[in-house]
Amino acid sequence: MSRTEQSWKNDRVERAIGNLLRFGVLLSGAVVLAGLVIYLARYGAQTPHYRVFRGEPADLRSVGAVIRGGSTLGGRELIQFGLLLLMATPVARVVFSIVAFALERDGTYVAVTFVVLSALIYSLAGGYR
Amino acid sequence: MFTSIVWAGGLFAGFLGALTGLGGGVVIVPLLTLALGVDIRYAIGASLISVIATSSGAAAAYVKEGFTNLRIGMFLEMATTFGAILGAFLAGWISTGALAVIFGLVLLHSAWLSSRPRRDRSGDGAPDSITARLKMDGSYPTPEGPRFYRVHSVPAGFGWMFVAGGLSGLLGIGSGAVKVLAMDQAMRIPFKVSTTTSNFMIGVTAAASAGVYLNRGYIDPGVAAPVMLGVLIGSLAGARFLAGARTALLRKTFGVVVAALAIEMIYNGLKGRI
Repeated sequence: MSRTEQSWKNDRVERAIGNLLRFGVLLSGAVVLAGLVIYLARYGAQTPHYRVFRGEPADLRSVGAVIRGGSTLGGRELIQFGLLLLMATPVARVVFSIVAFALERDGTYVAVTFVVLSALIYSLAGGYR
Repeated sequence: MFTSIVWAGGLFAGFLGALTGLGGGVVIVPLLTLALGVDIRYAIGASLISVIATSSGAAAAYVKEGFTNLRIGMFLEMATTFGAILGAFLAGWISTGALAVIFGLVLLHSAWLSSRPRRDRSGDGAPDSITARLKMDGSYPTPEGPRFYRVHSVPAGFGWMFVAGGLSGLLGIGSGAVKVLAMDQAMRIPFKVSTTTSNFMIGVTAAASAGVYLNRGYIDPGVAAPVMLGVLIGSLAGARFLAGARTALLRKTFGVVVAALAIEMIYNGLKGRI
């Protein structure tokens, strides 16, 4: 492959990754903002207590529950769904990189990227301890 | 009321973080714990969220400019993600007072690192067999055309990146200072490339530990939402302001503020008040 062709391809990949990241941040920001507005309309007058750590209830702490909660349009559920979208943005970037490296027939980096993806999936899936 | 204070705090933290180059996380955690009395685990969870947002937002712009080295970033992310997961587990095991003390120490060290003048790496030197096999050598745009650079000492850089990831997962910060240290000092990568590639890696690293925080119930929507929105807007404003301002004095002033926050974190942690 000629050098110019290689850098043209890289250029395209870089632009696509840039757009993907920007889209993810904007989308999640919008969902979180919508959730915050609903949350404040309902609980805005109360003073929350964050001095004592209690941990979140089960419906706000696993990927499956957060996704199901997003459709209820409750304030806290919607915020949590937006935050999950934000966490998914780097994951989507990693998945996209696997495809890009595969198209370049770069087996080493396909493997490298798979290792990173498996770490992310392990962390998000929960089930440890 | 609480929400608007946290939002304003996030705005301030993002602005300060962008100006000092330390990131919003290192300011928002002391602010939430010291000023608002929020439990440090909620504060770290919210900070991690804001770190993903700012890093991804900034990376979107840098990647398009062509400074970021995607191969170096991807390879070193193997170290940072596993370090981050380990750090996130550790955060659940040690006491909140100990967390506060470690946070303060790391904050002091980062402030000191970022205050030192940095000399740029030329990026030349002998070819390295590992980096050649991993195709890490690259080039970046300059006004005189693309400039080629070589990369060195991958194992040392990889080790430092594991530490950087661990601190990120433990304390909810981007660990940009340690990441740049690994790439600048150990791997001898040119400044522009190491800062943008480090920023590129921060989002994936923070996501790796944020998953653990979410599953552990440390991410509270009432805290995380105003922090994320505040820090994101604050850091965008800070980056814009940075482009036009004379920054030497500003950096020094804010460096003192950050050091004072660090000492207060250590003091309160030792006193068992956090």
